[in-house]
Amino acid sequence: MTVLTVNGVKQETSVDSSTPLLWVIREQLELTGTKFGCGIGQCGACTVRLNGTAIRSCLTPVAAADGQEIQTIEGLAPSDGALHSLQAAWIKHQVPQCGYCQSGQLMSAAALLESNPTPSDEDIDLAMEGNICRCGMYGRIKAAIKTAAKAGADNTADGTADALTIIATAKETADE
Amino acid sequence: MNKWTRRSFITTGLLAGGGLMVGVALRPGNRAKGLAQHVTSEGETFVHTWVKLDANNVVTAIVPHAEMGQGVGTALTQMLADELNADWNLVKFEEAPAITPFANHPILKGMLPPGVEIPEIVVPTVDGLLMRTAQALNLQITGGSMSVRSTGVYGMRVAGAAVQEMLRLAAAEAWQVPLDQVVARNSQLIHEASSRTEPYSAFAAAASEMTPPSTPQLKTPEEFTIIGHHVERHDIPSKVDGTATFALDVRLPNMLYATVRRTPTFGGGIESLDDSKARALPGVVDVIRLPASKAEALVGNFTATESVAVVAEGYWPAKQGLDALKIVWSETANDYVSSASIFEQFDRDISAGVDREVDVAEGDFEATMANAAQVIEADYRAPYLAHTCMEPLNATAVVEDGRAEVWVGCQAPLPFRQAIADAMGFDAENVTLHNCFMGGGFGRKSRADYAIQAVQLAAKMGRPVQLIWTREEDVRQDFYRPAVQSRFRAGLDKDGNLTAWENTYVDKHEPVEAPLIPYTPLTASNIGYVSSPTHVPFGAWRSVDHSQHGFFTESFFDEVAVAAGQDPYEYRAARLADKPRQLAVLRKAAEAAGWGAPLGEGQGRGISFQECFGSIVAQVVEVTVLDGQTQVDRVVAAVDAGIAVSPDGLSAQIESGIIYGLTAALYGEITIENGAVKQSNFSDYEALRISAAPKIETHIINSGSAIGGAGEPGTPGVAPALANAIFDATGFRVRSLPINLIDLDYKVEDVVTPA
Ligand code: FES
Ligand code: FES
Repeated sequence: MTVLTVNGVKQETSVDSSTPLLWVIREQLELTGTKFGCGIGQCGACTVRLNGTAIRSCLTPVAAADGQEIQTIEGLAPSDGALHSLQAAWIKHQVPQCGYCQSGQLMSAAALLESNPTPSDEDIDLAMEGNICRCGMYGRIKAAIKTAAKAGADNTADGTADALTIIATAKETADE
Repeated sequence: MNKWTRRSFITTGLLAGGGLMVGVALRPGNRAKGLAQHVTSEGETFVHTWVKLDANNVVTAIVPHAEMGQGVGTALTQMLADELNADWNLVKFEEAPAITPFANHPILKGMLPPGVEIPEIVVPTVDGLLMRTAQALNLQITGGSMSVRSTGVYGMRVAGAAVQEMLRLAAAEAWQVPLDQVVARNSQLIHEASSRTEPYSAFAAAASEMTPPSTPQLKTPEEFTIIGHHVERHDIPSKVDGTATFALDVRLPNMLYATVRRTPTFGGGIESLDDSKARALPGVVDVIRLPASKAEALVGNFTATESVAVVAEGYWPAKQGLDALKIVWSETANDYVSSASIFEQFDRDISAGVDREVDVAEGDFEATMANAAQVIEADYRAPYLAHTCMEPLNATAVVEDGRAEVWVGCQAPLPFRQAIADAMGFDAENVTLHNCFMGGGFGRKSRADYAIQAVQLAAKMGRPVQLIWTREEDVRQDFYRPAVQSRFRAGLDKDGNLTAWENTYVDKHEPVEAPLIPYTPLTASNIGYVSSPTHVPFGAWRSVDHSQHGFFTESFFDEVAVAAGQDPYEYRAARLADKPRQLAVLRKAAEAAGWGAPLGEGQGRGISFQECFGSIVAQVVEVTVLDGQTQVDRVVAAVDAGIAVSPDGLSAQIESGIIYGLTAALYGEITIENGAVKQSNFSDYEALRISAAPKIETHIINSGSAIGGAGEPGTPGVAPALANAIFDATGFRVRSLPINLIDLDYKVEDVVTPA
């Protein structure tokens, strides 16, 4: 029996403890936002956060997550109906094409901004290098991370106005 | 602009709850002689575009194209909404279900002149293409960058304009006011003189009783308020919170998972199978041999050999089971085929020139060459390529009582349904296909082999089965972009003018005009091909033949400019002088890129020009080559797609096409060894990553010409622009791809010659 906290909810699973976390998330927990792309740690589609750190869930045995905190794309937004600043920036920059890689991209970006709120281009390259986008939206991903970083910085500097504006705009779009 | 409306047909109906349903159909036009017998008998109609106006004043466009990331639903909906004068927030779209009434007929129309400017020279061959396409009707196909060009222009706009006209008529009648005083704006009907405003939906029922106008008045480009303006894509919010449902995300009660391995050597079979280890693994439910399959439709046809599937309680045990199988593959005649032997064969066949077919032959080529002051020759090669869509191939199926229900992401729902029905011996009516979001398509998802496997497994198991291919299977069982070789000869006069151009290549696919050269004048030209078939399965790959021929033609043309001692950009411009639209695109890219401005150490600049799928794209690439390392710094693209329906969407597609083409140019190679594919996953079939991605600047020109494609035209031009930039930086001419196999650090002084 493995016990995980996924997006704040305690979950138990009895699958073989060597099963990669990816398949537990997708099949047992039916959280299908996390994707399968290569199975060998090369593409980043399966990226989730383990105690805040971006990991490749296709290579992580579920046993390694026992007793740990997992965050998936479904848990990225701060609350129902709100968006994480990265999600809002992703909409603003119309980042997704097919969208299949984007859960992984967003989870890698979220881990980056948490440890480095004002990343340089090189920091972004380094943190996002493991996430392939076959639709080639790298320029937009980079721009969106910067927008979200700026929203975060403005947020700390002079209240929450800018960040909230972005979230509100994005939310309207989502509701359309 | 109104000519085509003679061929349109509009039909209406009343929906439950008082809504309006409008369908636009196309009847065979007079342009295609002999087409009628293949499309329809006189009096039949094919309704391909549906528009629904419901009681809540929401308009829904039912779109016969699949979303694979290109934003097609949004662009098509924009076209409808604009003609309808609708409030953008009250317009939605749905993908048409895979049933015959939604068949995508305009894809054929889009192939007809004047929708595509097919060069005069090849018009005779268009009939062949046309007939084949006509026979392949009853298909929904998303490919050939056709969605916006054909369905949008011929369907969506007509529907929008017709509905608007009927609603205004209904309001004028109800209010007893003259028609020209009724204004349709933002999904409201307005009569200003009497201060009356009512939503469209208030008149839906009355409109449904009307005879639709046969030639609704379309807007001129100056009147557009939504076409050409920025709108946010409807599908994006669900793609940032994990809620978008791809086929891989389908969850059915009691569902099993499976994964599969097909004969690695194409054309081979299974000699023996020992599945005892696999069956003993916990979670493994069954091991099933699947027969070979094929589809004979003219679009999406294929043959695929036998495979073995492991069915389990989850993907992971299925994968463990697959790895535990002991399979002996049968020997085949292809066991000794390699990439090297294939290119040797191409070389031989080009040299032999047996049964060479001619695309273009103008002037006396040999005589012109004999008079040339300078002759240059070169061979170019492009390797096989896989598609590697981000989402590995997968499909989910349930089979019960002679009926199949399938969830899949595919580019051709109706051919898929037919292929599944044929494979199972069912009537097509007994196959229900749910098309899901596609995690990339790029041409691969027009072949139904993977969907058939899922249905075969579900039938065997009597339970729902989700079949998920491993990435390794996805790389090794593709329908590859064909490897091609081209042999060029060119003659220049004493002033450096190109006078003679010859190209002999292997195997022609589509589009027919891909190997042609846009530049004039030429005293003589001869472009043709020889047949040199291989056993490697091939299929459409983003931009199809343009992807190889764009690289070949634009690189060799660059060699000509260099041989002439002239600037490659000016040399091109001079030879597009009689084509103002094309020239404007070339100039835009060069000017925006700062052509001619000084560059840093190890830097080079290259240009390319490409016309395909009704759009024109010019690209300038800046590259740095230092210590043999290639870094693409910047790509400047200019694009004329007629009218950019969705400017940001067009930019995104150009960016996407460039990165896709750049991945191929830099790393893309599928190698054949012992008759099978050597590569396996992103570890040895690399994709461009963020740190290697150049800055891309897209400049849109709205020439007002017929609307062109967006999904593919960005791809072909980047490889030649990059290769030309590498020449500029290093003096090394890239004549085969991928570039990472070339030692760009090679220096003559490094070679120690024995004294
Ligand atoms: S699926 Fe985990 S890195 Fe590709
Ligand atoms: S959006 Fe399609 S792979 Fe990234």
